[in-house]
Amino acid sequence: MSPTNLHMYALAAPLIGAFAVMVVGRYSRRAVAPLVLGVLSFSFAAALTVFLQVLSGGGFRYVVGNWLAPYGIELSVDHLGSLMQLLVSGVALTASVSAVKSVAKDLEDRQHLFFTLYLILIAGLHGLVLTADAFNVYVLLEIASITAYGLIALGKGRAVVSSFNYVIMGSTGACFYLLGIGYLYILTGTLNMADLARIIPTLESGAALATAFSFCIVGLWIKMAFFPLHVWLPNAYSDMPDGAAVLVAPLMTKVTIYLMIRFMFSIFSPAYEFIQHAGVQQIVVGVAAVGIVCASAMALAQKNLRRMLTYLIVAEVGYMVGGVWLANAQGMTGAILHIVNDALMTLCLFLAVSAIAYHEGALDFHRLRGLYRRMPVTMAAFTVGALSMIGVPPTCGFFSKWYLILGGIEAGQWLYVGALIFSSLVNAVLFFRVIEIAYFRMPDADAPGTGHGAVQVREAPAMMLQPLVVAAAALIGVGLATGPLVQHVIRVALPGGF
Amino acid sequence: MDAILSEIIAKYNYWIYVVLMMIGFYAMIGKNNLVKKLLGMNIFQTAIILMFISSGVKKGGLIPVLDKQAALEHGVNSALINNPVPHVLMLTAIVVSVSVTGVALALMQRIYRRYGTLEENEILEKMDR
Repeated sequence: MSPTNLHMYALAAPLIGAFAVMVVGRYSRRAVAPLVLGVLSFSFAAALTVFLQVLSGGGFRYVVGNWLAPYGIELSVDHLGSLMQLLVSGVALTASVSAVKSVAKDLEDRQHLFFTLYLILIAGLHGLVLTADAFNVYVLLEIASITAYGLIALGKGRAVVSSFNYVIMGSTGACFYLLGIGYLYILTGTLNMADLARIIPTLESGAALATAFSFCIVGLWIKMAFFPLHVWLPNAYSDMPDGAAVLVAPLMTKVTIYLMIRFMFSIFSPAYEFIQHAGVQQIVVGVAAVGIVCASAMALAQKNLRRMLTYLIVAEVGYMVGGVWLANAQGMTGAILHIVNDALMTLCLFLAVSAIAYHEGALDFHRLRGLYRRMPVTMAAFTVGALSMIGVPPTCGFFSKWYLILGGIEAGQWLYVGALIFSSLVNAVLFFRVIEIAYFRMPDADAPGTGHGAVQVREAPAMMLQPLVVAAAALIGVGLATGPLVQHVIRVALPGGF
Repeated sequence: MDAILSEIIAKYNYWIYVVLMMIGFYAMIGKNNLVKKLLGMNIFQTAIILMFISSGVKKGGLIPVLDKQAALEHGVNSALINNPVPHVLMLTAIVVSVSVTGVALALMQRIYRRYGTLEENEILEKMDR
């Protein structure tokens, strides 16, 4: 195991683990959980080592199977890539600890099948954050999406219909991306990102290149649920089983935003998007602002905690896309930082929701009454996540929002700045409403576990609480470590030209 | 008019793919039946596959299987050989498209078991109740 291909082990571990889980799980249900957690811990340790190596020794490019670029497939293990790999493996490990418990309850005898899909999805995400080949992105995106369709369909009620709609929308997005790659290949004759970046500035055909760019970007926007292409997301994410939601909700959209950054700056260049096509940027940031406002408003109309959170994910996608298209260093820093922060915030909130749902079942607001007394630890962690979502200083949500607002002011995008502030206010209203219901309202007299006076504490099992507490601590930890994180990782990771 | 017509004839393969793609797109958006939606998606994907394949073909091009001895001695005239890369890429894309179709068919089976229909409006009606 040489240190230069450790990132491959981080990727291969969940992939091999997936097949091991499927085979072993047939014979022994008990072996599934240790196998999954072992594989993901190994993957996390490897990703952490690679990240520390990249921090001290700088990034490198890795050629898979010794087929040299531009013909073979290259992986780029740079600051941004290894940060994302660390994020993916960390979130996956934390989420899986909780998923083991909730899946054991929801899908008793199909655990091993669930975790097979789960691990393949994680392997796909690992591949997506590392790859430096444009066609490879398409294949890995579909690996991640197809497993996600399967995981969503395992949910109860109308999850199958939501999953089918996601299949249609997701495949359309992937097809658009493939079409754009086709145009790029016809124009350049290569699929390697570095090679594409070298050839594209020498091309003369403006219209064909612009078509390729817009097809790919729209494809990625559909995949990341950028407003107004978001309609599939709220249903799909609120109908998923809890064990899948804690993994898919924090990671899928965020990794797609990372892909957009890769596509815009590793294949094309800031000069192409922001100087040669100067007007487009205004429109995209404007749409992002409208998206933030609309998604926040729709979140306000929801009567179910989990559905409310799914609309907030759509709003957060608007934050990051807008931040990237602001075209200045502050905005980019904010967008990349927000990818990390939003993944952690969504993880924390969805872990809390999954812990609440373990005993309570449905998550309509009126059933949350008196929850602070019944589940004090869960609700404390939920409050930390909520404060971070609103953007209250010691938590990490504040810092990325701060950078995004600074970037918006610098670019003179007042609509976007206004949308960010409006969305923070709406988040404050949303979460304080939940906190008010859960803290001050008394539960109905006939609700289980309550009598007059003495209220029983009935927390979720420890395996669901531990990851939740870790995630809440990470929110504050990352918030306090924002300075070094920005200085040593994100500033270095900013694409050339910023 | 002649200019447009000759433009269409010169690049007829691309026009065919555009027409196929629009048919697929219409079926995906406009049709009520889930099977038809899925078929539309398949047509859409096939159109893109055709575009890739046709982009690799050359007039009078030969299959990209070379005689090693001749290639080493005389070199390769790439203008005479079809580009194999798009074909290879499309093998992967076909695999992806087949898997998506498989997943979608499995989902449809479960939708039918649950709602007893594959018409979208009837499913939505039953969902509300």
